[in-house]
Amino acid sequence: MPILMDADRMSRTLTRIAHEIVERNRGVEQLALVGIRSRGVPIAKRLARSLFEITNEQVPTGALDITLYRDDLMRHAVGPQPLVRRTEIPLSIDDRIIVLVDDVLYTGRTVRAALDALIDFGRPKAIQLVVLVDRGHRELPIKADYVGKNVPTSLWESVRVRVQEIDGRDEVVIEKHEPEQV
Amino acid sequence: MTDTGARERVETAVPEGGAGASPDAPVTRLRTKDLLGIAELSPAEIRLILDTAEAMKEIAYRPVKKVPALRGRTVVNLFFEPSTRTRTSFEIAEKRLSADTLNIAISTSSVVKGETLADTALNLQAMAPDLIVLRHSASGACHLLSRICRAGIINAGDGMHEHPTQALLDAFTIRERKGRLEGLKIAIVGDLLHSRVLRSNVLLLTRMGADVWLCGPPTLLPAGIDRLGVRVGSSVEEAIGGANVIMMLRIQLERMQGGFVPSLREYFTVFGMTPERVCLARPDVIIMHPGPMNRGVEIASEVADGPYSVILDQVANGVAVRMAVLYLLAGGAEDEAAA
Repeated sequence: MPILMDADRMSRTLTRIAHEIVERNRGVEQLALVGIRSRGVPIAKRLARSLFEITNEQVPTGALDITLYRDDLMRHAVGPQPLVRRTEIPLSIDDRIIVLVDDVLYTGRTVRAALDALIDFGRPKAIQLVVLVDRGHRELPIKADYVGKNVPTSLWESVRVRVQEIDGRDEVVIEKHEPEQV
Repeated sequence: MTDTGARERVETAVPEGGAGASPDAPVTRLRTKDLLGIAELSPAEIRLILDTAEAMKEIAYRPVKKVPALRGRTVVNLFFEPSTRTRTSFEIAEKRLSADTLNIAISTSSVVKGETLADTALNLQAMAPDLIVLRHSASGACHLLSRICRAGIINAGDGMHEHPTQALLDAFTIRERKGRLEGLKIAIVGDLLHSRVLRSNVLLLTRMGADVWLCGPPTLLPAGIDRLGVRVGSSVEEAIGGANVIMMLRIQLERMQGGFVPSLREYFTVFGMTPERVCLARPDVIIMHPGPMNRGVEIASEVADGPYSVILDQVANGVAVRMAVLYLLAGGAEDEAAA
C-alpha cells in the first residue's frame, strides 16, 4: 500500500494550506472552519491551531454531518443505512466566510451535500473548500480552493486518509481494489 | 374491540436477540421493516436508535428545521384512538425529515361505516405508502398490519400491549441525563395494569440492565409481573427509595368506574409523587411522566414543575427518537424493486 504522505508531510502540507488561507482572505476576520465528518473534523481543528499560530486569532470551528443530505440515501436496495452523527455548528454562519474542510475530494457529491446542509444554516458570505487530497473523477462541477496534494487515481483505487485522532496515526495511502469491488 | 378490565396474563417469553451473532455487537440497521414493539429489538438495535436520535436532536435547533432524508416518502399516521401528543410528535418528526405526511383520524373515516382494520390497511396499501404509523385499541393490531402491508409499520400504541417509541424516548431521556441505563434504580409508579407504556419500558429497561422497581395499587397490578425481571415494591416509599429515576404513570380516570381505586384523593395520598416523597430518592433523581399529567392525582404540581422534572425534555426527545425510527425504517429492508 503505497504511502502518499507520512505524518511529517501531512503536517507541513496543512501548515502551508493555513498560510494560503490567510493570504487569500487577507487575514482571518469573518472566517469559520467547518469540518465534514468524519476525518474533515480533526483536519479542520488542526488548521484552526495553525491559523492561531500564524495570526494569534481564534477561528471558530464546527463539525458537519452530511449523511442526511446524501443523494444516494434510501437508494440502497441492500446494505446498511449510513450512520448519522452529530452536527455541531455553534456559530452563526450568516455573513461569514465558511471554509469547508474534507480529507479527500473525489466525485464531489459529498461537497454538494455539505453545501446544501450549510445553506440550511444560514447565508454565508462565501464558502471555500480545503481538501487534503484531490483524486480526480469529478461527477459534479466542484473545485477545491486549497489542495494538499493532487493525486491522479484510477477507478480501482481508493485514497485513505488516516488521522491520529481517529486512526491512531497520520498518513495518506492508496489502496487498490479488484474491479468487482468498486 | 378493547380488552376488558380483567387482569391479563403478562407476556413472559422474551425472544433472544437474533440467531447467530451476539445481540450486543453494534449494528448499522434494524432487522425488520417494522417497529412493532420493544420485544423484537436487541440491545444493539436499541442503542442504534438512541445513537441516531442523538444526531437528530440538533435539527430542532437549526434555523431551517428540515433535512431532505425522507424526501418523497409517504408516511400515513393511522390513529384509531384519539391522540394529540403522539400524533403531533410523529407528524413533526416526519415533516422534519421532508416526508409527505397523511393523517387519518378514524372518526371521519370509513371505519365508521364498518370497514375492518384489514380492509382499511389494504386500501391504504394500494396507494403505496412507505410507512404507516398505527395506534389502535386492540393489542396486536400492528402485527396484523405488518403481515398484510408491504409498508413498514410503526406501533404508536396497540391496546394494552406496547408503545415502543415512548419507551425509547424515555430511555433516551434517562441516558441523556445519567449517561447510561445499566445499573440505575428506576421506579415506575401508577396504573400498571392498563399501561402499554409500562410494558414497553419494563422490556427495554430490563434488557439494558437497569434495576426496575414497580409500585401501584394492588388492584392495578398485573398477575405475574415479577416474572419480567422487575421488583415490586410493597410501598411506594420502598420502590422510590434511593432511585435514580422515578417514572409516574397516568391514572386513567376513565377506569375509575371499575372500582380500582377508592378515590383520586386517596390515590394521591398513598401513591402520589409529592415533594416529600421525592426526597426519599437520590438527590440527583429525575422525575418523568409520559403525559398527559393529572396534576394532584399521580403527581403534585410542585414536582411536575420542579427542578427534578424532565417531563418537557421527554417531549422534545420524542421528536428526535421518532425521527431516528423513521429514518432507520425508511431505508430499511427493501429487497423489492421499489428503490
